[in-house]
Amino acid sequence: MTMDDRLAALQSAVKQLLDGGQVAGVLALRATGPASVPHLFRPGDDVADLVLWPKYNVPKVIDRLLDAWSGGEGDDAPTRLGMVVRGCEERGLIEMAKRNQVDLDRLELIYLACTEEERDECRCAWPYPTRIDVGQKVEGVADQLVAEHEKLSEAERTEFWQQQFARCIKCYACRTVCPQCFCEVCVLEDDLWVESGVLAPPFPSYHLIRAYHTVSKCVGCMECERACPADIPLTVLYTLLRRDAEEMFEYVPGRSVDEPPPLVVETMWQEH
Amino acid sequence: MEYKNVLTTCIYCGCGCGLYLQVLDGQVVGTLPVKGHPISEGKLCIKGWNAHDFVHHPDRLSTPLIRDRKGGSLRPASWDEALDLVANRLNQVRAEHGPDATGFLASAKCTNEENYLLQKLARGVIGTNNVDHCARL
Repeated sequence: MTMDDRLAALQSAVKQLLDGGQVAGVLALRATGPASVPHLFRPGDDVADLVLWPKYNVPKVIDRLLDAWSGGEGDDAPTRLGMVVRGCEERGLIEMAKRNQVDLDRLELIYLACTEEERDECRCAWPYPTRIDVGQKVEGVADQLVAEHEKLSEAERTEFWQQQFARCIKCYACRTVCPQCFCEVCVLEDDLWVESGVLAPPFPSYHLIRAYHTVSKCVGCMECERACPADIPLTVLYTLLRRDAEEMFEYVPGRSVDEPPPLVVETMWQEH
Repeated sequence: MEYKNVLTTCIYCGCGCGLYLQVLDGQVVGTLPVKGHPISEGKLCIKGWNAHDFVHHPDRLSTPLIRDRKGGSLRPASWDEALDLVANRLNQVRAEHGPDATGFLASAKCTNEENYLLQKLARGVIGTNNVDHCARL
């Protein structure tokens, strides 16, 4: 399947969903400016300028749209929306659903498999969703940066992260783009942990607080790393945590909507 | 039910990072970076990420304000009244204390052309070289 075939197939699938009467719109990417932008296609719209790359944090956008257009006045069913999802995006939605941030019943998903090029851009181990409507499945790859990092001693790792995080300009992009970050009041904006008006943010507390919060939630979508102006390889840290959490709790974020997050289960267990 | 992302340039510094204003049902609700932008490369600083915040902010100025005397309070005024006041006071200060008693602060939020006009006003009209940048404030 060529790139053009894949794009054409996706455009066709989106058009079909739009015209099917089941959804008020379909969230995908549209060509604009230098590359692409999230766009809500409406029934009747031309989809000729729908594109695939670069990807954006669409789970966070759909969350906002679902909240804004809850509808459901009286006996009317709540507004339903369509969405194109890659593997990481589907997994992101699953983790958001477990925390009551999105209602998956209100979404019609078009499942898109990533190409080898897209997989390599993301150093991705899981470049496909649970089913594939468009595209062909390619196997994941091991993250070379993570492999390199694992060869370092503990002292070398500490120095590595110290150097990396010294470049942090505290833009909060890693937090803002993360689909799993939904707290209305963010602990990283609390003066107790992160002093306002001081750069660089405290090492290692700022970054470890953020990393801790990704445990059992991070699906490796790479948006944080893409958004970092200092090019800090954040996902190397988060991937290692994800692997540790899998070993400890046998939990893989985004694997199944029926698996409760381990931290919740542990707390409930202790109460009994 | 309207959602769109409006491509624009950050208004804060001279870098000119690209950003999308997320507009939901006519209200600016958030910001997205522009991936693939030649300057900002899909990244933003803390000011860029919050550039959408002032648009609907209740504290945003919507009219010129004049303080009639030192220590007094600000009152709304028309643009004509405000500009007349500024022009008259600049002339007055220049006449009484000389051109170097005035200073002019340009800004990275302005275009190059606007900053050029400002220094032309300072040097050509008022007659002072006291031209600097608002970051000095």
